[in-house]
Amino acid sequence: MVQLASYTHVPVSACAHGMTSSTSMADLLQRVAESGDAEAFLKLFQSYAPRVKSYMIRQGADANTAEELAQETLMTVWRKAALYSGEKGSATTWIFTIARNLRIDRLRRETPWQELPDGHDEEASADPSPEELLSQKQRSARVKSALAELPADQHEVVLLSYIEGLSHSEIAERLQLPLGTVKSRMRLAYQKVREAVEDLR
Amino acid sequence: MPIIHHPDDATLMSFAAGSLGEALSAVIASHIDLCPRCAAEVRQMEHVGAALFDGLKPTGMSSLTVASLLRHDVSVKAERTETEVAGGIVPGPLTRFVGADLDQIPWKRLGIGVWHYPLPLSPGVKGDLRLLKVAPGQAMPEHGHGGAELTLLLRGSYRDEVGTFRRGDVADLDEDVEHRPVASLDEGCICLIASEEKARFRGLMARLVQPLTGF
Repeated sequence: MVQLASYTHVPVSACAHGMTSSTSMADLLQRVAESGDAEAFLKLFQSYAPRVKSYMIRQGADANTAEELAQETLMTVWRKAALYSGEKGSATTWIFTIARNLRIDRLRRETPWQELPDGHDEEASADPSPEELLSQKQRSARVKSALAELPADQHEVVLLSYIEGLSHSEIAERLQLPLGTVKSRMRLAYQKVREAVEDLR
Repeated sequence: MPIIHHPDDATLMSFAAGSLGEALSAVIASHIDLCPRCAAEVRQMEHVGAALFDGLKPTGMSSLTVASLLRHDVSVKAERTETEVAGGIVPGPLTRFVGADLDQIPWKRLGIGVWHYPLPLSPGVKGDLRLLKVAPGQAMPEHGHGGAELTLLLRGSYRDEVGTFRRGDVADLDEDVEHRPVASLDEGCICLIASEEKARFRGLMARLVQPLTGF
């Protein structure tokens, strides 16, 4: 942790901003994993912590709690970086799953049964090949455009489920819809995402 | 035998989103430990979550330094934990509650030919999670649904109007489906049952006061 010393007094907010591509995010994560690179971690922090904070607020946390949970999410990234495998998914997905599990644990005070993607069912390569990174980028772009093209009623239930953290029954209650309608909208939305990435799997 | 009955995509999505209740999540986690197909679907569904998360408008963090952030952590290098090996008779995620061997579970008798073993949920959590063991040829002691309910077959099989359920299969039924599963004649069955509502299983207890008939 020698290189940490030179960053200890740098305010996070003072560092350069700007989103980088998911490929370089994966690369930063790799650097944290391999050498505990604090500079790489700082960039990850700047990129992700403010959105984790937004996510926690949408899930019902007050601003202070959301900030703490955003910090804790990124600290988990720091500690568990070695478990991240570029092959299993994008850096963003991995960080999303950490934030999700922390939210279940802290905001709902439930046991998260969801595992983090960690190469459990596949042989993970330490260094994702350029082809793997390309297909991750493509997949991420196609998932986004498939979501953007969803009919409003399908997009709404997906957002309520993932971002507001509502169960199907809670969504049904909120939207005054039969439970079956909520579930079929979820299914239809996912079918479109699945079709959009079919050839990349 | 391949797994043929999978959870509804909507249920898997809710799991990936982290919005499925704890008891139901336990069943899905156990199922995907046995089912690579659904494990891959959940991974894909996590990408949906990541895309939505990525689109959130950032909220500014208050001023803090990396020092304050890493203060407690400078000595902690990234952990490498052992990857759990799947394939034991008890799905990996359940082993912390029940060990690795279904035969070592201290079953409690519920009624004629029916035993159960309740699993703990977090304090204040609504729902119910338990293992159920049913003797060969015995009817499952409960049905007609009031809230979401998931059943994962762990050993043996049962049959109902939908079909035959074997190890790894999940019954993810709409709440209005009436069915009456009967455990297989040769070995009975052991399953993991989760319910969104606590009250469901009070009904079960009451029903078991009377002998089970009618299969």
